[in-house]
Amino acid sequence: MGNTVIKAINLTKVYKMGEIEVHALCGLSMEVQQGEIIAIMGPSGSGKSTLMNILGCLDRPTSGEYILDGENVSRLKDDELAKIRNKKVGFVFQSFNLLPRATALINVELPLRYAGSNHNHHEVAKAALEAVGLGDRMNHRPNELSGGQQQRVAIARAIVNDPAIILADEPTGNLDSKAGEEIIELLLSLNRERGTTLIIVTHDPDIAAHTHRIIHIRDGVVVSEERT
Amino acid sequence: MNVLTSFFEALDSLRSNKTRSALTILGIVIGVGAVIAMISIGRGAENSITGSIQGIGTNLLFVLRTQSSDVTNPQPLTLEDAEAISDPFLAPSVAHVAPMLEGQAKVTYDGESQLIIVSGITPEFEIVHNYQVTEGEFISEDQLLGRSSVALIGPDAADNLFGRKTGIVGETIRIEGQPFRVIGVLESKGGSTFTNQDNVVLIPLTTAQTRLFHRSKRNQVDLLIVEAYSPDAVQSASDEVSEILRNRHKTKIGADDFTILKQQDFIETASMITNILTIFLGGVAAISLLVGGIGIMNIMLVSVTERTREIGLRKALGARRVDILVQFLTESATLSLIGGILGILLGWGISYVVGLIAAANKANITPTVTLDTILLATLFSTAVGLFFGLYPANRAAGLEPVEALRYE
Ligand SMILES: Nc1ncnc2c1ncn2[C@@H]1O[C@H](COP(=O)(O)OP(=O)(O)OP(=O)(O)O)[C@@H](O)[C@H]1O
Ligand SMILES: [Mg+2]
Repeated sequence: MGNTVIKAINLTKVYKMGEIEVHALCGLSMEVQQGEIIAIMGPSGSGKSTLMNILGCLDRPTSGEYILDGENVSRLKDDELAKIRNKKVGFVFQSFNLLPRATALINVELPLRYAGSNHNHHEVAKAALEAVGLGDRMNHRPNELSGGQQQRVAIARAIVNDPAIILADEPTGNLDSKAGEEIIELLLSLNRERGTTLIIVTHDPDIAAHTHRIIHIRDGVVVSEERT
Repeated sequence: MNVLTSFFEALDSLRSNKTRSALTILGIVIGVGAVIAMISIGRGAENSITGSIQGIGTNLLFVLRTQSSDVTNPQPLTLEDAEAISDPFLAPSVAHVAPMLEGQAKVTYDGESQLIIVSGITPEFEIVHNYQVTEGEFISEDQLLGRSSVALIGPDAADNLFGRKTGIVGETIRIEGQPFRVIGVLESKGGSTFTNQDNVVLIPLTTAQTRLFHRSKRNQVDLLIVEAYSPDAVQSASDEVSEILRNRHKTKIGADDFTILKQQDFIETASMITNILTIFLGGVAAISLLVGGIGIMNIMLVSVTERTREIGLRKALGARRVDILVQFLTESATLSLIGGILGILLGWGISYVVGLIAAANKANITPTVTLDTILLATLFSTAVGLFFGLYPANRAAGLEPVEALRYE
């Protein structure tokens, strides 16, 4: 095994809703090595999405430490987190989250624009779209693409900045089983070809079976781990 | 992201909701258009008013009698006063003095009668007012001494009485029933905005004294028009005239029975009044621009709410606070900039049409759209866009990414 990309120690997340406190994470620890594919499973409300938000630097833990790619990011400022997200994290959402008016190419370019580099955005974005098999759909808008194709555009967008980790929260949740299988196959092939670290939240045991390791979560803590 | 990409992205997003953007822009168009039109019409009025005061003649002082209760024994102005003022030893700054008698009289020609201002004047009047005649000639010294029954007629008065402005010399008009031979027609001094200098009849001062306007004192006159040698000499001429009149009228210091009005004061007062008017009109128009700005704020707030998920996504992809801020500010600034440009055209158009209407009504107002007005309107409207865009943009920039992504 290679380097440790993710090291989470005793993460807690507490949501305050007026008087009531919701403990979404209760001292969760985990580690992920570079190049690993991890499945996170657990019942609804167990804290999977909350964990993914923290791992993706969209949110900060209430307490605990999170070291991403060697850097402690648990208490960074908003703009510093934005920079980390841009450089080190690729997101694949259940609901694709593409800009509806923009072409596939422009959607994929978006992270490059925020990266502040002045390299050739078009070429890099084109290469990413070709890598997900959509080289011939670059100028299509999301409503001109199937659900599976839209999720491919989202994956191209996630890999375009060459991130350390890709986080996919139920990436097949809005797709039929065939398109879902293709998406999972695409993610696995990206891992094979580029060594990208993948963390996938899923309810589907078949999908989980394709990963290297399954982490089971319940009530905000890891209850078990199994290697497949 | 560079400025150009942001601008094109803003245009793109505004295009996606054309009707809404167009209506928002309309608010700014009306505001900027109104500001430009009001300011340029006000400027035009100012130029016209000060111009027509200047048209009366330069370097002039007007000496009038005042009847204040403070003065124990007020004296009217007389021809002797005029003579004293024209003495170069007593008043070295004074070039000419033109005494006048003035009153309204019934002027008749061919059964047609009109009430017209009739002035008794001396040949100096021609000099101080720079008058030219379009036909015939001015009243001469001989006609003054001989108390001749001759008259000069202004172009508007000619038009009113004869229905024409030429071929009038030699005709006979009646003033309060007495016959006067027309010896000349005056050039037009331009339609003044407050009194019409072209609707007048001029006759020799001596004739007016004996035959038309009877005043209590012998040789009494209503008005002395004094011309100083130069604009710089106006103040010293005024001092000299005061000195002479105080001596002659034997008044106490501080209790003058006359008033001296300087033409420069008229111009200053007139341009002050029109300036206030311009500022007032511009201010009223600026309120409509403000309303347009609130329209922008309203639409941008709606847009921020609608695009909450988009904002969340952009943040997830690495957009910093400032990126989102700039994105939304660019949109509102673009709205107001487009509105501003169209508004300049609209304001220009309104000014032009007002100028045409004024010309058709013989009102001498030429609205002047100047570069500084345009710059002011552009700056102001962009500032309005930025100011009212700031609140919605700040709201967008402050959204929490997780919350924004969950927004339905
Ligand atoms: N913004 C929030 N405010 C308050 N409570 C929240 C918030 N987000 C999540 N929670 C709570 O935290 C707990 C964990 O939620 P989370 O979304 O992580 O679950 P999940 O495992 O992703 O569930 P699912 O499989 O249904 O997506 C839940 O009890 C949820 O109600
Ligand atoms: Mg979830």
